[in-house]
Formats: sequence, structure tokens, C-alpha cells
Amino acid sequence: MSDNNKMNETMIGATALMKALEKEGVKEVFGLPGGANLPMYDELGKSNIRHILVRHEQSAAHMADGFGRVSRKPGVCFATSGPGATNLLTGIATAQADSAPMVAVTGQVPVAMIGKDAFQESDIIGMANPALKYSYQPRTPEEIPTMVKQGFYIAETGRPGPVLLDIPKDVQQNEANIPFPDEVRVPGYHPWTDPDMQNTGRAVELLLSAQKPIILAGGGVIISSAFAELQSIAELLMIPVVTTFKGKGAFPEDHPLSLGPIGMHGHAEANKLMTEADCVLAIGTRFSDRSVGTFEEFEKNLKIIHMDVDPAEIGKNQTTSVAVVGDVRTSLRIFGKLLMDKAVRPSDDNPWLKHVKETKQYWRENLKLHPGEMGAAKILRKLRELLPKESIVTTEVGQHQMWASLFFDAIHPGTFFSSTGLGTMGWGFPAAIGAKTARPDVPVVDIAGDGSFNMTEHSLATAVLEDLPVIVFLINNYSLGMVAQWQRTFYDRRMVGVDLKKCPDYVKLAESYGAQGIRAQSMDELEKAIKDGLNSDVATVIDIPIDPEEDVLPFVAPGTGLKDMILPS
Amino acid sequence: MVWAILSIKVENKPGILFKVTHLFRSRNFNIDSISVGVTEDKKFSRMTITTIGDEKQITQIVKQLDKMIDTIEVRRLDVNNSVYRELVMFKIKVSKPEDSMEINKLASAYSAKTHDAKKESIMVEMTATPHQISAFEELAKKFGIKEMARTGITALEREEHEH
Repeated sequence: MSDNNKMNETMIGATALMKALEKEGVKEVFGLPGGANLPMYDELGKSNIRHILVRHEQSAAHMADGFGRVSRKPGVCFATSGPGATNLLTGIATAQADSAPMVAVTGQVPVAMIGKDAFQESDIIGMANPALKYSYQPRTPEEIPTMVKQGFYIAETGRPGPVLLDIPKDVQQNEANIPFPDEVRVPGYHPWTDPDMQNTGRAVELLLSAQKPIILAGGGVIISSAFAELQSIAELLMIPVVTTFKGKGAFPEDHPLSLGPIGMHGHAEANKLMTEADCVLAIGTRFSDRSVGTFEEFEKNLKIIHMDVDPAEIGKNQTTSVAVVGDVRTSLRIFGKLLMDKAVRPSDDNPWLKHVKETKQYWRENLKLHPGEMGAAKILRKLRELLPKESIVTTEVGQHQMWASLFFDAIHPGTFFSSTGLGTMGWGFPAAIGAKTARPDVPVVDIAGDGSFNMTEHSLATAVLEDLPVIVFLINNYSLGMVAQWQRTFYDRRMVGVDLKKCPDYVKLAESYGAQGIRAQSMDELEKAIKDGLNSDVATVIDIPIDPEEDVLPFVAPGTGLKDMILPS
Repeated sequence: MVWAILSIKVENKPGILFKVTHLFRSRNFNIDSISVGVTEDKKFSRMTITTIGDEKQITQIVKQLDKMIDTIEVRRLDVNNSVYRELVMFKIKVSKPEDSMEINKLASAYSAKTHDAKKESIMVEMTATPHQISAFEELAKKFGIKEMARTGITALEREEHEH
């Protein structure tokens, strides 16, 4: 498969791995050593690559994921064989669900031991297969550089995703005359197709003929950096923009045309206007059930133009009127050019635009919020006010995540990241550390809930010792709040397994790791805490106790449509 | 619901059959039959998978298979313009002396071969369409089928143009 084998050098497999990673521009890896990856670690120590030590491999995968989403280059994580590798699984599946570029490198038992149920042996390729974009298991050291090069190419192109390189210990240790290809070819892999001009033309006609058009921007806009292209089309035609939750940050949420995310916990105005539109330009989205509710309801009276890089997404969840397959940035550029000749900017008294404006204003003024001083909306708006716009925000998974979607505006392109597909609790904090590694120049905040933060709070050690001062904005209701909300709503308040009983004390927890811990029980304390966090040289946990009964609203119950959303009473 | 024949050219490497079948499992698709063998070019294998689903599902299966990096070419064959066959082996009971002759007659009517003729059983080998195999199976039931093994379908599409 490899072409152009320019130079060969004699070295062991582990050295070849480090050299190959360096050639891909890797500057840091997140990981934890063990028996089967010791040769790699020995060579890692001699290389120029920085090792960021984790306390659990799941966090290494999430850090690599956060790094990858922010830098749009694969983040790299290392783990040993057996439990080290299986601990990566949740992180790999998370990256796959959200199309994040990642290269995971695991140690494996020596080739001759594979299949013998050796100590710390697991068939990680078999286990991880459905969660991987691709996988490799070199059987000779000579194969390593080609596999690394192909692996990076596959992980970061087309629809990005995780790639696993599982390297038996003897393959790491053995010496060989090893080729380093400058180029690789992967015959069965066609990451991009050119957008079909005829379909793009039809899409333009369809959008121009719509009376009540809307744009639905998904995560694909962020992945392909199509921010400017999207904004120029929206502004040219004056089309309101909703996003999926994954697409939050694809369009500035302080823009007059922005309506925010749709979905289970979408903005009321976004959900409402989405159901009223007659034509949607859906860009880089897979129409997940969390975004659109029931599919049959969603497509009623709606013409759907679907742009996506992945041909398999066309028609998978949603029947479409016109599909444009290709990199969405390229598609949007062509779309924009075709529009230029034909577009007429609607006048200010256009009835749809007037209605959009009024609906947005109504809900921004009339959505009932929690009355307390430390209500979710108030504390998140305070955070937005004090946080520089270029800051990167990650979230954990749960109520706080949905409050962040509702009340924390993502303004700069690609500054908001969350585990939106797999919904992995414990993702946000290590992902924030990975993001900080990629962008040490900007503040990075993990908007967290206590239940989620529990799952990877050990990463405080990494943040402190590796000098990666992120802020954990801990919205603390001492419960598994989202589950509690569902038990209150659907199970007649029968609360089971959701009370975390004020354990642990997060200020003491932070301090025990050498981080800064601050409790904020009033707006004044919160303001000071955020400022202290931003000025701090070490990681900061801001513990913000809130009312455990506060619900996330609006709420589209599972199995219902966007128009059925439950509003605060 | 329709019956579809998918012809999938893959790299001839270990682990690919696993990935293809795993895709069917994880995407909730059905495998009706599967057969695999090397192609004219030893670097590649061809898998012939038959599946049942609605048009939307089958389109999705083809797209998901196409997306797999190890698949070189994925084609849904036109059932009406393909030759598709399956090899089946039956071990049929012989209860009385005249059964033997009748089974031989039945086999020859289906252009099948017989092997291993014993007092208690005869083995029948036939290559046919699934429809013909079912018909034969029905007729053979009156003797009693001791064992049966099928290979799954393999198929090639007919050439488009006649010169």
C-alpha cells in the first residue's frame, strides 16, 4: 500500500513509532504506561514529544479528543494492553460519535502470545471495531511508519474519527531496516467527493423559492471551518440560523439572525420557528433524534436540503428533497457563488423575517427562569459576561450541559465543545485539558455538573502537574440532576439513585490536588471566583451550589416532536 | 421488503469478514446468506451477501459498506440480470430399497449428483437457485432429510451489451 519509500533506517519498532509521530507533527501525547507499552515509553522519553500523564486511560482518550476537536489535528493517546486498552474504549466511542480526529496507540502482548489469553491481553481491535474509523495491528516493525501515516490521514480527513494502532510488544522491540514513506495511498478510502453541480443548482432554486427558509447548522460546519461561508449566505439572504447542539458555535449566537440550538433542550424560539419553516438548508448534520425529535413530525411540510461530507448520512435518518454530498465548506462556497447572481435580499417588512424577529424577542423576554439568585441562567450569563469571547468552553453531560446550551452564548467560531453524540459523563474536564494543551493562549472552561465531574476528577492531578490551568465551573446540585429531572417528570417523583449526598467537598478535593478551590454562593462571590480563576496559574474548581429542584426547560420529551415542547409554567 | 444481492470486493486480508459482518450486526441489518472467496486478482476477495429489507434499508447498507475503508467496490446486483447459484448438499434417508431409485431420479431431474450411496442414506449435491433448492427440499422431505448444508449464494452480473 505504501508508495515512495524514500529512506530506510535501522532501528527498533518503538523508535520508528516516535519518528513517525514526529513526522506527523505530534508535539504531545496523553497516556499512561504499562507492561506492554514500555518500549514505546522508553523511546518517548528520548524523543521531543511531551508526555502528559493521566490517572486513568479514559481521560487520556478524552484529552486527545479535546485536543483534536480544537486543533482539527488528531490528538494522540497511549495505553498499555488489556485493561489499559479497554479503558480507552469509552473515549474512542465518544470521539467516533462526534466525528473527532484521534489516534490511539495501545501496547499488545507479543505476537506469539496473541490468542493465548496471556496476562493483560485483550482483543482491543475486535472490541473497539464498531467505534473506530479504522485500525491497524502491525506484525513487523517495518509496517509501523506506513500505518502511522495512513492512520493520521484517515483520522483527520473526510468525516474525521478515531484510528487505533495496536502494537505487539515484540514488534516495538525488534530491530529492522524500516522505510518511512512520504506519501501513502489507501485504495478503499475516498474521503471527499466533489459536490454535484446539478444538485447544488437545484438546492439554490429550492432555497430561493422558499417563503419561510431556515438554516440548520450542524457540527460539520465546525469540523470543516465553514463559518465565514455560512455567515455570508445567511446574511445575503437574511435567513435565520438554528444549530444542532453539536453545531453550537457554528454561527455567532449574538448575531441578529441567530436563534440558537434546536432539540430536546433547544431554545423555545428555535424549536418553534423550525416547525414553522417551509424549507431548511441543513449543513453537516445527521438529524439526530435529540435534535429533531420524531422524524415524521419533523419532515411535515418541510423541504429539506441536506449537505454532508458523508454519503451514508443522506437519507439515513431523514428523507431529503435535495442532497449535496461533499465537504460542506466547498459545497457552501459553490452554493454562495450560484446564489450571487440570483439572490434578492428580502426587504425589512418581509413577513417571515418580521415573525422571526418577534418570536425571538418574545421568548428572550418571556421565558420563565428560576427565581433564585443562583439560577442556572444567571450564573451562566455571568460567566459569559466575564469570559473573553475567544475562550474555549467544554461541558460535561447532564443538566448543566443543557443549561449551557440554553444560556451560554458561543460567539467566536468553534469555541464550544461537548460530548453530544455518545453523551459521555466525565468528558468535559479531560477534554478541557486537551483543549488547553492545543490552545494554551486562551482561557479554557469546563462547564460541569457534579455527577459528571466525579467520573474524571482525578484529572485534577494532570491539570496541576502538567501546568494546564483550566477552570471547572461546577454547577453543583449534589445529584444526578438530569436523571432526577426525568424521575420528577416521568416517574411521579420516585427518586432512585440520584442523591449524591453532599459528597465530596469540592473545595477540599481541589485543594488536595494542589488546585484552587473556591465556593461561590452569591453573585458577588461568583464574579470574584471567575476572575480569580482567569488570573490563576493553577487549575481552579469553582463550586457553585444551586437549587437541586431546578429543571432544564424547554424540554421536548423523547418520542415527541419539537412542537410539543414543554415550557416552564 | 425486497431481496437484494450485494457483491463486495474487499482486500484479501485477515479480519475483513469480521468487520463486514460486524457492520451488519451493529447497524441492525440482516444477512440472509454470505459466501466469500478470492477473485481473479489474488489481492482481493469477493463477498456475496444476500439480504432482505426495504429499499431505504438496502440503500443504507450499500452506503455503509461503501464507506468501509476495506471495501474496494460495493455493488447491488440487478437480480433479473444476474446469474446467481448456491451449492447445497443433502443427506437423504433411504428407508426401503425403491427409495434409492426414486431419489436418483429426483436428483437427475434437478441435474444434481449423488454420492456415497449407502443402505440408509444417499448424499445429493446440487447447484441451483434458492428457489429450486427449496422445491427439491420439499420433494425430498417425504424420504426424510438427515442433514443439509448450503454455501450461500454467489453471483455475477450478465454483461450489459451483446456484440
